[in-house]
Amino acid sequence: MDHSIGLRPPVSETVYVQTLNLICGALLLAAVLILWRRELAAIVRLLVVQGVLLAALAALLGAREGSSELYAVAAGVLALKAVVLPAVLRRVLRDTGEVRETEPLVNVAASLLAGALLTLLAYAVSRPLVALAPSPATQALPVALAVMFLGFFVLVTRRRALSQVVGFLLMDNGITATAFLATSGVPLIVELGVSLDLLLVVLVLQVLTARMRLTFGRTDLDELRELRD
Amino acid sequence: MTGSAVTVGALAAVTAQLVLVVGGAPLLAGLMRQVRARLEGRVGAGVGQPWRDLRKQLGKEAIRPDGSSWVFTAAPRVLLASTLLIAAVAPFLSTVSPLDGVADLFAVVALLLLGTVALAVAGLDTGTAFGGMGASREITVAALAEPTILLAGFALSARVGSSNLAALVEGMLTAPGQVLSPASLLAAVAFAVVVVAETGRLPVDNPATHLELTMIHEAMVLEYAGRDLALVELASALRLTVLLGLGANLFLPWGVATTASPLPLLGAAMLFAVKVVAFGAALAAFEVFMAKWRLFRVPELLAGSFLFGLLAVSASFFLA
Repeated sequence: MDHSIGLRPPVSETVYVQTLNLICGALLLAAVLILWRRELAAIVRLLVVQGVLLAALAALLGAREGSSELYAVAAGVLALKAVVLPAVLRRVLRDTGEVRETEPLVNVAASLLAGALLTLLAYAVSRPLVALAPSPATQALPVALAVMFLGFFVLVTRRRALSQVVGFLLMDNGITATAFLATSGVPLIVELGVSLDLLLVVLVLQVLTARMRLTFGRTDLDELRELRD
Repeated sequence: MTGSAVTVGALAAVTAQLVLVVGGAPLLAGLMRQVRARLEGRVGAGVGQPWRDLRKQLGKEAIRPDGSSWVFTAAPRVLLASTLLIAAVAPFLSTVSPLDGVADLFAVVALLLLGTVALAVAGLDTGTAFGGMGASREITVAALAEPTILLAGFALSARVGSSNLAALVEGMLTAPGQVLSPASLLAAVAFAVVVVAETGRLPVDNPATHLELTMIHEAMVLEYAGRDLALVELASALRLTVLLGLGANLFLPWGVATTASPLPLLGAAMLFAVKVVAFGAALAAFEVFMAKWRLFRVPELLAGSFLFGLLAVSASFFLA
């Protein structure tokens, strides 16, 4: 008998498409909820959910391709995005004692409407990309782009240092999802490099936040407007 | 079966549905109050209390404030009639209905809005400060909530290619995998927020309060008494049941009969009752953990549900 693997995909087509769509829908939902919620602790919990979903996406693609490397990527994503980074954020949260994003530059109702526009924009700009190679994974590409745009929006409109880190992480989640969906999984070495960069950035931002709190007593980034001796 | 037998069966189905919804709506309201009371550590008045209240109020004279016009008298009847019409045409028990042509998503939303506007106009008609305040708040909430219902419906109808409610339910029944698709999940979240807003539950409005600063729905109906009040109370219980039923059957359509024969209808009636009771109890339990939001935060909630509706529509076009 033939012992080679991969003649038949291990997951049936309909289950794969359904799960893929469900994961992508949940990713987008979590991103929108991050835009909606004000409590920073709840936002960190939503980031954990997104990390788990991204790991599930990588694992699903791994099962589809029958590749053990993607399972390793999934485990790495899970460890970094669902455990390590949220732990760092929670530590910042505990140290600063800030419970909620008090005054975003754009109020929540308006930013939700902006989120709607950004999602439509993501669909509009990714149409040529999807048309290049239509498959269930690339058809979900607009969702990943929308998560990226929402992350960028959070990064631009929030004032607290922690919220901006959240925006940065949201944007990175979008980029990771785009990579997974567009290429059916990224090589382990690329994912490893990106993850280490990300971890480093968040650690640097944590140190920055701590210094800011020592200097100003709070982490409103508007305090950083003037240069001082 | 001959054509006339089908029609008779379908008519029987509509009658059974009306009896079930009208008889069950006050019981559902009573059940939700009871769940809430128990969770808050109170004994509660019992599930049958709304029916006892209705019977008492129906035996009393309807007192109308001085200077109020026919609008005040007509509003409860318009509200009740429009809600009863929705209860008759919606595919709660069977997708075969002689009123099928009327069971359109847009018609149902228009009927809902007709009732809301009738009550708001009546609130203005009394000329009291509370009536006007309640009317202005109710219309603000309704204006923000109605587009979301339409969007959630669009998301479901884009797949089926029809805005007929029975066709939507049948489309879900033939493709059970759609229940877990992102479009219907997002639409379900949007619809749930709208149900909360439209029926005046927490955190948008507190149905148990008469505190002047916070009430929305109660402020409009403050001047009603006796029979008229009974009509308003019955209509608002009916609205809650109808919206919960629509949500249950559009998003979890299992058990809805596709024929008009008695046995599937009986099963559909029981399953429908179970689904609505489960949703109602869940809503009541959820309310225990919520505080009423400031009025100015309500648009935030509705903007969120509008966004979910929009995402559902775009997901149903692009993802599936």
